[in-house]
Parts: sequence; C-alpha cells; structure tokens
Amino acid sequence: MATEILMPALSPTMEEGTLAKWLVKEGDTVSAGDILAEIETDKATMEFEAVDEGTIGKIMVSEGSEGVKVNTPIAVLVEEGEDVPADTQAEAPAKAEPDTAPAAAPAQATAPAPAAPKTDTSPDWPDGTETRKQTVRESLRDAMAEEMRRTQEVFVMGEEVAEYEGAYKITQGLLDEFGAKRVIDTPITEHGFAGIGVGAAFGGLRPIVEFMTFNFAMQAIDQILNSAAKTLYMSGGQMGCPIVFRGPNGAAARVGAQHSQCYAAWYSAIPGLKVVMPYSASDAKGLLKQAIRDPNPVIFLENEILYGKSFDVPVLDDFTIPFGKARIERAGDDVTIVSFGIGMTYALEAAERLAADGINAEVINLRTIRPMDTDTILASVMKTNRLVTVEEGYPQSSVGNFITSVVMENAFDHLDAPVINLCGKDVPMPYAANLEKLALVTTDEVVEAAHKVTYR
Amino acid sequence: MATRKSTAKSNVSADELLGYYRDMLLIRRFEEKAGQLYGMGLIGGFCHLYIGQEAVVVGLEAAAKEGDKRVTSYRDHGHMLACGMDPKGVMAELTGREGGYSKGKGGSMHMFSKEKHFYGGHGIVGAQVPLGAGLAFSDMYKENDNVTFAYFGDGAANQGQVYETYNMAMLWSLPVIFVIENNKYAMGTSVQRATKSPSLWERGAAYGIAGEEVDGMDVLAVKAAGEKAVAHCRARKGPYILEIMTYRYRGHSMSDPAKYRTRDEVQKMREERDAIEHVRELLLQGKHASEEDLKAVDKEIKGIVNDAAEFAKESPEPAVDELWTDIYAAEVPQNA
Ligand SMILES: Cc1ncc(C[n+]2csc(CCOP(=O)(O)OP(=O)(O)O)c2C)c(N)n1
Ligand SMILES: [Mg+2]
Repeated sequence: MATEILMPALSPTMEEGTLAKWLVKEGDTVSAGDILAEIETDKATMEFEAVDEGTIGKIMVSEGSEGVKVNTPIAVLVEEGEDVPADTQAEAPAKAEPDTAPAAAPAQATAPAPAAPKTDTSPDWPDGTETRKQTVRESLRDAMAEEMRRTQEVFVMGEEVAEYEGAYKITQGLLDEFGAKRVIDTPITEHGFAGIGVGAAFGGLRPIVEFMTFNFAMQAIDQILNSAAKTLYMSGGQMGCPIVFRGPNGAAARVGAQHSQCYAAWYSAIPGLKVVMPYSASDAKGLLKQAIRDPNPVIFLENEILYGKSFDVPVLDDFTIPFGKARIERAGDDVTIVSFGIGMTYALEAAERLAADGINAEVINLRTIRPMDTDTILASVMKTNRLVTVEEGYPQSSVGNFITSVVMENAFDHLDAPVINLCGKDVPMPYAANLEKLALVTTDEVVEAAHKVTYR
Repeated sequence: MATRKSTAKSNVSADELLGYYRDMLLIRRFEEKAGQLYGMGLIGGFCHLYIGQEAVVVGLEAAAKEGDKRVTSYRDHGHMLACGMDPKGVMAELTGREGGYSKGKGGSMHMFSKEKHFYGGHGIVGAQVPLGAGLAFSDMYKENDNVTFAYFGDGAANQGQVYETYNMAMLWSLPVIFVIENNKYAMGTSVQRATKSPSLWERGAAYGIAGEEVDGMDVLAVKAAGEKAVAHCRARKGPYILEIMTYRYRGHSMSDPAKYRTRDEVQKMREERDAIEHVRELLLQGKHASEEDLKAVDKEIKGIVNDAAEFAKESPEPAVDELWTDIYAAEVPQNA
C-alpha cells in the first residue's frame, strides 16, 4: 500500500521548515532508519529518517522549498512493484514567503493621533537611524559578540554553547570567532559552573553564563542568590560580581511541568540582582549589551518562542538600552496594560483588538523588572485610571502583585477600577495540548480584563 | 570491592532468551512508532527515544523481583515497557490523552506507576539519583529486602548531587543500584569532552562503593551483572554501581541536528553491536527458534504497538477540569 511521507515536526516549536536536500531519489528503495532528507528549521539542519521500508514512488516537494508546513505530504512510499497512486500530485512548492514579521510591534505606525501629547513612544534610537529586521536569536548573538570584541574579560560558558553552538543556537558562530578559551562547554553541572562563574567574576572577569533553560538554574540558585547577589553588600562594597546569567525562561511548547516555569517574580524578589526580560530583538540586543557591562549580577530571561521572531533593530555601532527604563509600545488613554517578555505579545494583540472596540490601551513594555520603571507605570495609570498586568508566571507573589502595591501606595486616588493581574494559572504546567492552552495567559483574557476595568 | 569488567553470563533457557528478544523488540518498535507520531504532530514537546539501549532495561528487569523499584530520567519509555507497564497507557501519555498513565498531564518525560513500582520519569538531569537512594532508604527502613534501580546517564554522572548521594548511600548501606547508562553522549557532548575520569563507575571507589563496567549491547551480560548487584544489595552490603556501556541510535531528542558524531559511527554500532540482532542470532544459531517463530514474534509486537498507537489517537484529551486537580493530595482526615 502506498503511504505518504509527511513533512515532520522536528522540534517542539516547529511549524514549517525548508526541505534543504533530498538524499534519495524516485525509484530508490529505503529501509527503516535510512536518511531520506535534510530539513532545516530555524534552529538547525536535521536529518529525517524513513520509518517504513519501501520504494520512493514520487517526490512531491522539491529540494530547496522553503516554508513547507508540518504534515504536508513530501513524498510517496510504495511497496515493491506498486505504482504511485494517480491522485498524489506534486504540491506547488511553497516558495520562500518573504519574512512577514508577525504584527508584533505596530506601535509607531498605528498610535492613535489623539493620544496624550506627553506619552513618549519613540524608539530607543535617534530619529533617522537605519534599522534592519533581525530575529531575537541573532540579536542576542550579536550583542555577545560585540561585547566580546570590546573586552577580553568577557567570556561565555554553559552546556553545549561552543561546539554545538547552543541548544537553541544563540551562541552560533561564537566558538569560531573567539575560540575555545572564551567559549566554553561545561559538563552538566549547573551548581558547579554557576559557582565557577561567580568566582571568575570575583577574580575580575565578566562571565556570561548560559543556562540551557532557566529551569536548570534551580540547581544553581544558591550560588546566584547567596554568592552572586550578596557579596557586594557582605564585603562592604569592596567586591562586586559582574556576571550575566542568561537563557530561555518560561513555557516553550508542550515540554511539561519541570521545563515550563517563569522565574521573573522569583529573581525580582532578590536585592543585589538585576532582572531583565526582553521582548523584541532590539530590546534583546540593547539590554544584553547593557547587562554585560553592568557591574552587578544580571538575570537575563529570554523566551524560546520569541527567539525566531523578527523585529527592527537599529544599525548602530554601539546600541545599549539603560536598565530601569520601560518603553511605551503603544499610547492610549483608556487603560494601561503593563507586561514584559512574551506577555507583550498578548498585550499588543489585545490592544489591537481593543482599538477595534473603541478602547485605547496604553501598552508598557517593562523590559527590566528590577530595577522597575515605576514612574512610567504611575504616570500612565494617572492618565488612564485603570491597570491590567500580564505575565506568564504564577499568580501568588507575581510581578503584577508588586506593581499593584506600588500603584495602591502612590496612585490610589487615581484608580477607577480594581487592578487586574493576569498570570499563568495556579497549576504546574500540564502536558496535554488542551490543558496547556488553558494554563497559559491568553490574548482573550487580556481583552476581557480591559473591558472589565473600563466597564465597557 | 569488585573492580573487574563483568564477563560472567547468565545461563538462560530458550524461553527466557526468546522473552528478552520479544521485550527488546517491543521497546524498539514502540519507539519507532513514537518517532512517527511525533513527526505527525501527535506527540509534542521533548521526546527522547531509547532505540539502541534496549538490552539495558531488559537485562536488569530480568534480575529484579516483585517489589523492587526503579526510577529514571526523561528517556523513560523503555524502562516502563520493560517493567510491565501497558504500552497503551504509555503511548496515550505521549499523545497527552486521558488514557495516559498521568491522564495526559505528565507527557513523555513524566510518567509513574505505583503498581509497577516505577517512580518516574524526571526531567532535571541527575535529580532522580538521590530519589532512587531515598526509595532504597524506605525499603531499608521497612526492613524488607527489596532494591531500587536508579538509572542515569553519563552526562548526569557529573552532577554534584550524584556524589552527595553516593556518600550517604554507602554510609547508610542503602540497597540501591546506581545504573549509569553510558551511551557515550550527553546531548552533543561526548563523555571524553565532559570528564577526564577514565571510567564513571570507578568514581564510586572514593566512597567505598563496589561496581563494574558491563557490556550493554549484550542482554545476558547485563542480566548477569544485574543479578550480582541485586544479590549484593539484598545482602545489605550497601549500594552497587553498574556502568553499562550502550549507545543511542537516534538523536538526543527529536530536535537534534546530530553534528557531533558521524553517520558511520552510528551505522557501525547498528550493524556490528545491535543487541536485538545479537539475541536473534543466538536464538537461530542455537536452534532455539526458527525464522518462522521470530516472524510470529515480530507480528505480535507489531500488533501490540499498532493497538497502542490506535488507543493513543482515539483516547480523548483530558477533561478541562483536570487542569485543577492533583495539585494537592486530599486533606488530613479529621481526628486522625
Ligand atoms: C539540570 C539539567 N540540566 C540540563 C538539562 C538539559 N538536558 C536534558 S538531557 C541532557 C543530556 C543528558 O545526557 P545523559 O545524562 O548522558 O543522558 P542521555 O540523554 O544520554 O540518556 C541535558 C543537558 C536538564 N534537563 N537538566
Ligand atoms: Mg548519555
């Protein structure tokens, strides 16, 4: 019986890929385990194996085709002597769709004209600066490379950062350029290498420690809190710890309870740490460069789902974003939505939909959670009188809870509705697809909350 | 303290040998099917296949008795099948359905069976090692003679908590067998790039723990070493380390570009050292089974795996209320 060979999903977040190369041709016989093709995802090129034996009856998607959706039939496998069924026609190869960046940062273009005049939504770079589209992944890599070129003291270490070029390909090319002295693969020993990083920082270096994901940094959290965060204080200001701990944080897709946690609120509770969570590629670049230069330990929380998203990044020799400065991504005067990291995706989508309902939301991208730009939040709340916070972490002791208390203390009289803190649900992350969706914060929930606080 | 490479082989009957063939083949075909379902998008997230390593769990299960416990990492499908868990329940967990061992809430990396004394399925590299010692502690405390198999990888063997555990396990003579499944790689890092120790099991010597290296592509060698380790633990002589030399044929997980080893290296292992082929030859050469007998086994296994896949596709997604259950156990009874 003829079976269709479908475009495989080769990673938890893959939706489409490039069929880079066929290693078999029509008429070849294959057995289970033979490599059929090379498929490129945004992370890597991977080999795709046959699961059954048979003869390649027809190749339906030619090599070099980009944007082939997962589950598209790419070839037909027939049994010996069998013909290719007539109804399997070669798909018109989905040719390289131009990189249409998702409607991610519509702020500048669509900011409603009547917005309060003082609200500054200008980008982080001077007017007229050239920009280009770049993924978050590329801009993180560029930020590290630029700082490594600037200062010999900067080095990168972590699991699979050198030869493998990063489990999520963030350190791509760094080993080639900087060599094994400065791009260092570690064994799987988070507590140990985090401590070694802290010691190296005490010794005058500027380590960038990559955690494959922040879930694994829990093995190392003692060194981060007790050694990195407190030493400046305990030494009466003599000895600081200039170190960056970075890696993906929060939920990816279907990776279950032990691999899907947001640590923003956790680390932001600790005096001595700075905590950063970029949303866009320009955030990622400017903030990571700043983090590497900062003389304090910085927790830099990235997001796997955002890695592949493209945004405008300024073409500048040296672009940094100061800590403690939120960015108003979209101006509005009906409700303030504060978020950070991937939460911004929901906040901005919601703002777009709310605009259609006649509600103008002001969307604040916090960027650094500690230090926090509470001035920008308060100024906005004093204008809109309503506040919704959006994050992926757990509801109890969330970042939103902290923001709420700041607003209560400083702008109580300006509030026209109780603040709503939207968070991930108060449960460990389930694996099942339907439950995972319910556990995460959604755009719908943001829209609903905005309606609720505006009473319309 | 034992310091030899194990060469002793169990004497097994033809029936037993055929049983190992069947059990290993079940794991392989199950995993192939899982890979297929992943490609179709029916399984999501991380999915770590056990193909190539089948002889490890099948050999050790042959040395276990009722009540013995096991705990392992995320690469856990083989362990579950080998200890008798239902392929349907395992596959349905992979697809995240109600019929799965964790009602779809755990996924590939997180499954458990109280009935089969399987204590998971853990995602944090190395974390299961102290858990295994703790399970052994519970048996010691209850004064029974059960043992625990604590499985971990060559990569996990570098985690600090492993050595904290070694020390206490020996100090308290815990009946735990530390099973290092040395498949030569931790993701893209070969053992040689992660440590200068010439062998992993020998590290136990620093704590006074006995151990040995075992050929993990030979199910009989694994079984023999397992029997020795089990006897040592049941006799309350303390923990035992088995460093089982094995090989994973597939990528670390489904998303592994596999640039850290050559295709030839993998091919050579498959062709020359395959554990299932090895038993197949023993069966045929010893005239313990005919080609026809083995074909019948293949067919039976294919049926089991297809049924499991069918079940895993048909089983519904968990009810939405399940999101909120199982976070806390029931309250303490009043006046208890
Ligand atoms: C504490 C921790 N660090 C990193 C990871 C990511 N990770 C998952 S599996 C793995 C490799 C483990 O290799 P090994 O112990 O040899 O087991 P194998 O996968 O070969 O079975 C890594 C680095 C993790 N899950 N937990
Ligand atoms: Mg390994």
